[in-house]
Amino acid sequence: MPHPALARQFTANRERAQWHDKALWFVREKRDRMAAAVPEWEQLREMASAIKAHTQSRLAEYLEQFEANAKKLGVVVHWATDAAEHNRIVLDILQRHKVQRLVKSKSMLTEECHLNPFLEKHGIEVVDTDLGERIVQLRHERPSHIVLPAIHIRKEEVGECFHEHLGTEKGASNPAYLTEAARQHLRERFCKADAGLTGVNFAIAETGGIVICTNEGNADLGVSLPKLHIACMGIEKLVPRAADLGVFLRLLARSATGQPITTYSSHFHGPRPGCEMHIVLVDNGRTEILRMPEFRRSLDCIRCGACMNTCPVYRRSGGHSYEATVPGPIGSILTPLQTPEKHSTLPFACSLCGSCTDVCPVKIDLHHQLYAMRGFLDRKRLIGGSKKLSMKIVSAVLSRTWLFNLVGKCARTSLRVLPRFMIYNPFNAWGKQRDLPDAPQKSFRQQFAARPTRNP
Amino acid sequence: MCALQPATCNLLLSTMPSSRDTILSKIRSALPQSSQLPDLAAVTNWQTFADPIEQFAAILKLVGGQAVRVRNLAEADAHLRIQDHWNGGKVRCSVVAGVGESTIDLNAIDDPHDLENVDFAVLQGHFAVAENAAIWVTDDTVRHRVLYFIPQHIAIVVPASQVVNNMHEAYSRMTVGKHAFAGFISGPSKTADIEQSLVIGAHGARSLIVYLVDDF
Repeated sequence: MPHPALARQFTANRERAQWHDKALWFVREKRDRMAAAVPEWEQLREMASAIKAHTQSRLAEYLEQFEANAKKLGVVVHWATDAAEHNRIVLDILQRHKVQRLVKSKSMLTEECHLNPFLEKHGIEVVDTDLGERIVQLRHERPSHIVLPAIHIRKEEVGECFHEHLGTEKGASNPAYLTEAARQHLRERFCKADAGLTGVNFAIAETGGIVICTNEGNADLGVSLPKLHIACMGIEKLVPRAADLGVFLRLLARSATGQPITTYSSHFHGPRPGCEMHIVLVDNGRTEILRMPEFRRSLDCIRCGACMNTCPVYRRSGGHSYEATVPGPIGSILTPLQTPEKHSTLPFACSLCGSCTDVCPVKIDLHHQLYAMRGFLDRKRLIGGSKKLSMKIVSAVLSRTWLFNLVGKCARTSLRVLPRFMIYNPFNAWGKQRDLPDAPQKSFRQQFAARPTRNP
Repeated sequence: MCALQPATCNLLLSTMPSSRDTILSKIRSALPQSSQLPDLAAVTNWQTFADPIEQFAAILKLVGGQAVRVRNLAEADAHLRIQDHWNGGKVRCSVVAGVGESTIDLNAIDDPHDLENVDFAVLQGHFAVAENAAIWVTDDTVRHRVLYFIPQHIAIVVPASQVVNNMHEAYSRMTVGKHAFAGFISGPSKTADIEQSLVIGAHGARSLIVYLVDDF
């Protein structure tokens, strides 16, 4: 379904839409306070951007270096060209170890590959252990945000869900009580798991290790009890040196949730004694993106979610309206690159305000790419007729001064004289939820020409 | 290793190299123009603090932990013994000689699952970071790395002389990759996944005390 239709469903519940907007803005404000407390913040963003640009320019070399170093540590490294191969590799490892119960920590990559339903189809019990992800898993939903997967759900709804699945008291909605219930429930799963699967925040080429950041400690518990650890990562997660983490770990949590750092930033370099560790390196369209100069910097994303928290459209339309693994501004670039036909409305869920670009910790030129994405989809003939027609009309008006002046005059006059029902007609999308401003007597040009001249 | 499912294993072995080569050659055919890797060591204006210990304590409080400055291990021990979580814990252990004691023999435990019921663990940190209250821990001081995550409550003992200003200083003083597991811990485990309400004690420790010891 196109984004506007799904957004309309979300905004139909006005109270919830406003609450969602406020909840995310609260996170954005926390991020601002944290960023302001680091004097060299802008320098850090510059550095992060430069490190990512350099890594991209030597990606093949760094991947080979990473693989060689990881192997030296006793890690088994796998390569998957697409989602299907990734899923087969994971299933194969699990089947060889006779795994029946798998605990997972957050991994947007496995969401992208639809790993959970695939493993479940093959009889493996998959438990998402991040609290937010567990909530959406129990509700048979998908995350609506990459850092705050359950941000769209009210605590009363979590209470209902836990009452049904975890046996909490009916009507209970206290977050501390519900979190405690989830802790007890998931501890049991951790202790019974045969394997732990994680995502990867950063992979270090020079050491062959991976870094995983969580606040809950779920990734750490998940891989420290069972004998098998599988880590799945996109090929763009590499950094060349361990010292580069100094830059990225300073940026990540501050940008994501307004914390100085996540509670746990764990560095894994090889399996525990007598255990196995596997890393699956996944392409799934990333090399295609690397090929496109105008979009390749979107691969720099470190998945902090700051662009979502600040986006006026995301905050008011909800993550599910994007129907994408990664929603929001960055998702509106990455998703149409993979499935342009299905997601052609996403880059238009954007006012080009540029707020995403301002907060991005690795300085991805998000709003420029969102603009370029419209052209990309147009070249693929995926832009709807009404959108193209209105753009043609606007372009004709804006490129002719006389026509622009005439239309302006007509608009000012009609806003003053026409009856309300004619102005707020079904074609006036802008006027659906708000009143237009009072029309001024004179245009800006006229007012500017008539301004009092200053003394020389 | 391949004995269980030879068919699948053969399939994997035959596809793995080709996927690797496909991906690498696709990348090589699309590499952007080369650009410089920034020299981090040359940066001189990273954030520093007049009193890093004070900054560490303030940030640790912000993230839900408690910093306690003590002169020596005996003082840390005395402080620990008046903590309700320590006294109320049935299964306790310590890897720092002189601070608390163990009710279980950590070295006799082969299976990390047997640590499931640990109520309180006293652990060792190598150094602390002032800007974000992170403490660097490694797996050579514990037999099972899960001891950092599974106890209900933990305390970490760090030399007070080992508090650095920022993450760049942190990375410049350690060898990453030396330990199969190492990491930063900043505060107790937490979540805000239900309506953005902060709840301390998600899956890991419910509380964290950090002893900054002058003479250690």
